[in-house]
Amino acid sequence: MEPVLEACDLVKRYPGVLAVDHLSFAVREGSCFGLLGPNGAGKTTTVEIIEGVTPATSGEVRYRGEPAGRRFREECGIQFQHTALQDFLTVRESLELFRSLYDRQADIDEILAECSLVELQHRDNRKLSGGQRQRLLLAVALVNVPRLVFLDEPTTGLDPQARRNFWELVERIRARGTTVVLTTHYMEEAEILCDEIAIMDAGRIVSQGNPRSLLEHRYPNVVIELPIEDVREGFGELEHRVVEARGVVEIPTSDVNTSLRRLAGQMHALNRLRIRQPNLEDLFLDLTGHSLRA
Amino acid sequence: MAGRLKRIYAVFRARNLEFVRDRGTLGWNILLPFVLMLGLYFIFGGASRPQYTVGVVQQADDIDTVVHPFLETRYVRFVPERDLDEAIRKVARHQLDLLVRFDPPARYWVNPSSPKGYFVELALHEKDPAGEIVKAEIKGEPVRYVDWVLPGILGMNMMFSCLFGVGYVVVRYRKNGFLKRLRATPLRALEFVVAQVASRLVLIIAITVAVYAGTSWLLDIHMVGSNTALLAVAIVGAICLIAVGLLLSARVTSEELAGGLLNLVTWPMMLLSGVWFSLEGASDWVIAASKLFPLTWMLEAARAIMLDGASLVDVAPELAVLGGMTAVFLAAGAAIFRWGPR
Repeated sequence: MEPVLEACDLVKRYPGVLAVDHLSFAVREGSCFGLLGPNGAGKTTTVEIIEGVTPATSGEVRYRGEPAGRRFREECGIQFQHTALQDFLTVRESLELFRSLYDRQADIDEILAECSLVELQHRDNRKLSGGQRQRLLLAVALVNVPRLVFLDEPTTGLDPQARRNFWELVERIRARGTTVVLTTHYMEEAEILCDEIAIMDAGRIVSQGNPRSLLEHRYPNVVIELPIEDVREGFGELEHRVVEARGVVEIPTSDVNTSLRRLAGQMHALNRLRIRQPNLEDLFLDLTGHSLRA
Repeated sequence: MAGRLKRIYAVFRARNLEFVRDRGTLGWNILLPFVLMLGLYFIFGGASRPQYTVGVVQQADDIDTVVHPFLETRYVRFVPERDLDEAIRKVARHQLDLLVRFDPPARYWVNPSSPKGYFVELALHEKDPAGEIVKAEIKGEPVRYVDWVLPGILGMNMMFSCLFGVGYVVVRYRKNGFLKRLRATPLRALEFVVAQVASRLVLIIAITVAVYAGTSWLLDIHMVGSNTALLAVAIVGAICLIAVGLLLSARVTSEELAGGLLNLVTWPMMLLSGVWFSLEGASDWVIAASKLFPLTWMLEAARAIMLDGASLVDVAPELAVLGGMTAVFLAAGAAIFRWGPR
């Protein structure tokens, strides 16, 4: 099946900085594609090139097999990481303003209900909480019944509950068959929402695929974590790595029982030991040598 | 106390750094007063700027001060006037504070509602104690200063509203990302610009009509011409002023820099477009400079309609100039327009 969106060899240079370095990927219809990477990796620049608000130095963006143009603008919805709405407009008026810019127009009441904004519809858009505002910005991205939605760091700054509510909202949008392109530096968000991810670092894609497949392919093991201050002796032949940023020593293993016996024998304090599955942050660390939160 | 001072100093220092590191704004804050002062100095000739303008009915180009001691009066600019009827009309319209003819029979004309005319008349009497120069009547009802200045005040209000109401707002939209958000929609730059022009035009015309109607009713404003023609001039003039605002805001991302640029344009227009006083008798280059500003053309057309009863055909040249300026400003603004901060 032909991809709905293709980024072809995108390059973006700023003076002294190569923000996007010959980047290519394709997004399947109906999928949720995640661009994952730390701040400054080039995620936002990449999606803004695709959205047409930042010109690329070179490369091409194709939508349904054609260069992205007017049809692309009509059929895509965008939630920017940082944006402002017009002052003194209510939530409903803001939605009506943006809806009127498109040929395809959603029912405002349905969008208000979907984004849990019905009770806020007459409130000045400047007087919303962080979570309410993010829901409004997502609602703005849905006013044209988009076939493709871009969400750029949509949950940054939200509390855990608001974040989970937002994820549920995104799942509902996906359930309608809408394709989603998500940028995030939250690995949990990418793991929950995305069918496919591209991990970016320094303007390049360093790994791409289904999150679970990527992890299973690279990590057949589980990880034992031990706080650094609980380490008493050396680890002998046990493979391990010190993660200073989180204050732990990680021991990947495929045989937890044997590894635990060896750790106990080495006289480490094991009361605060934790066993977990490898995650995207481990993958990113392995691929780039630095943390996602860098 | 020390903690409070420390906090005040921290905020003070941060704001200063923000200001001085915004080079565009800093540059304009330094440059703007220089430009204004130099401009005012050259326009008004420094400290010895004449306060009054007196027309002298004569055919010669130069004023010969030996003709009469009144011509040596300080702070009065004497300008030759060849056409007596036209000169009397200028007195009636407050473009001249007084008109004098020394050729027999010696006469002078002054608008009784002109404060400046009153003082120049006193100066004339001092230099003509025998009363040889006889006061002549201005035929018809003389135009009051308030009649003359009302178009200027309305025009000035339109200028500020159009330039700041459009220019400043577009810069704010660009800075806070609203323009970028709009760019991601099917909205085209031209559609955005047209919407801005239309919005400001409707608002400013509604306000101007309301103020004009109110002042006309309260002050019995002198209106000889057609209100429809006056409305047409106001619409064409407002569109041109909005176009100036769009041009100035086409690329700027700092509100402070935008403020400097807008002041750089509005102040000269306020001083040189005939808002408060006539430029009659000013040097040729000042007159030429005033013709660069849309407000000048708008006020000339408005006064011609209100005070002289000119028709739309009569003010067609002014409207054509305003239309041409609008086209140039809009084309230049569209060519350099930028949606985002960089």
